[in-house]
Amino acid sequence: MSEILKVENLTVTLDGTNIIENLNFNLEKGENLAIIGPNGSGKTVFLKTLIGLFPYQGEINWSEEVKLGYVPQKIDADRHLPVDLENLLNAKANVLGLKKSEVRAVTESAKITEKILKTPIGHLSGGQFQRALIAFALLGNPNVILMDEPTASIDQAGEEQIYELIHELQDKYGITIILVSHDLSVVYRYATKVLCLNKTGLCFGPPESALTQDVFKKLYGEEHKYVHHLHNKENA
Amino acid sequence: MLSETYSIILALLAAGAAGLVGAFALMKKTVLAGDVMSHVAIPGLGLAMMWQINPLFGGALTLFIGALIISRLERKTSLSSDAAIGVIFAGSVALGALLINSKEELIDALFGGFGGLSMNEFIFGVVSSLLIVVSLWILRNKLIINLFSGELAAAAGINIGRLNFWFLLLFSLSILLGLRFLGALLAGALIIVPASAARQFTHGLGSFLICSILFSVLSMMAGFAISSAYGLELGPTVVMVAAAIFALSLLKKKE
Repeated sequence: MSEILKVENLTVTLDGTNIIENLNFNLEKGENLAIIGPNGSGKTVFLKTLIGLFPYQGEINWSEEVKLGYVPQKIDADRHLPVDLENLLNAKANVLGLKKSEVRAVTESAKITEKILKTPIGHLSGGQFQRALIAFALLGNPNVILMDEPTASIDQAGEEQIYELIHELQDKYGITIILVSHDLSVVYRYATKVLCLNKTGLCFGPPESALTQDVFKKLYGEEHKYVHHLHNKENA
Repeated sequence: MLSETYSIILALLAAGAAGLVGAFALMKKTVLAGDVMSHVAIPGLGLAMMWQINPLFGGALTLFIGALIISRLERKTSLSSDAAIGVIFAGSVALGALLINSKEELIDALFGGFGGLSMNEFIFGVVSSLLIVVSLWILRNKLIINLFSGELAAAAGINIGRLNFWFLLLFSLSILLGLRFLGALLAGALIIVPASAARQFTHGLGSFLICSILFSVLSMMAGFAISSAYGLELGPTVVMVAAAIFALSLLKKKE
């Protein structure tokens, strides 16, 4: 495996406040990195900095062949916008100079039906909308996808589908995933690495070894329920 | 001076361009700021009248300056930019009214009608209308992505600041084209009203854009016919026709 991302001494300052301070880690190709941390810990800012939306100090070195795809947390899309998903995907394909067949390919990958394609963006359900965002991100063949809480606005069943989809994409195309998640069960199931973020990095490594009781205390300021839960299971 | 046929041709082309600009402005939710944008032309018209040059030169000058200022304010996301825009517009109307010293000229500036149409102005108008339509056609995909999400547009490598500025320039140009026929108070109306009506009647993007252009052209055509048949002012008549189409559109129940 080769290194795909190196973050060194990263500091992000917005409106005079340090949102991220002195963050360091490396990521290998094909990994699934989960970023966890309490609200306001800088997770979203960090993702946006990685795709170049915010200025920063320090180093963010992507390997040369990297093509990024981005799935934002939520979009306040105007419900009345007379734009359907097909318009949107065609627009991106056109801007990137891609063929129409590539639009077909990503809609198939993201399991988007003809009917969803023709539905105005504002009328998509939470799960459909999230799949639409993933399809949009997949256009242009990214080899790294950054996702910000991809299941924040979806029910349990829809959530399951989205994670299955992400997992499939990773198996099929070897895409590297960087995912912000609040759901620790997802982290344990899918992530190969976890980054605990609270302004600065508090842990980094495989979830099983990185997520210790001590780290949770530092991260959330209290003993975390999920760890109890796991321990109880083990004891049972 | 050219015959009225030229005026009508130019008016219809300008209306078509305004309809298309309006459709995008409506989707961008910048119609209101855009509407008052036309007021920025008033001091320019005043200056031109003082210097005794074609009023539209003056209008173009202050519209361009207005576009620069608004684009700077748009880039800062502070709440005060709304207030600042409001002050600029109110100030423009006041300054314009002070600069224009005859009541008759003031009415012309506000409601349209600047004497005969010259060949140069005709050519400038036709080229500008085509420029607006062609530019929007080229920019449409970037605009659509940006409408959906500025963040995703930026992530896809689109320079949003530049895109918004281009749009603002096209918007200003469309207002400039409307000044002769509608005046500074009403030029914005031909951008907003047909698009708003078209939105009520259509669901898809393509049909919305086409419908907005058609309503705008139709308002201008009917405006010409009605105003000349009954000896009314052109600008207010056109806007009343557009408003009537909008009123009809409200009767249509949307699913």
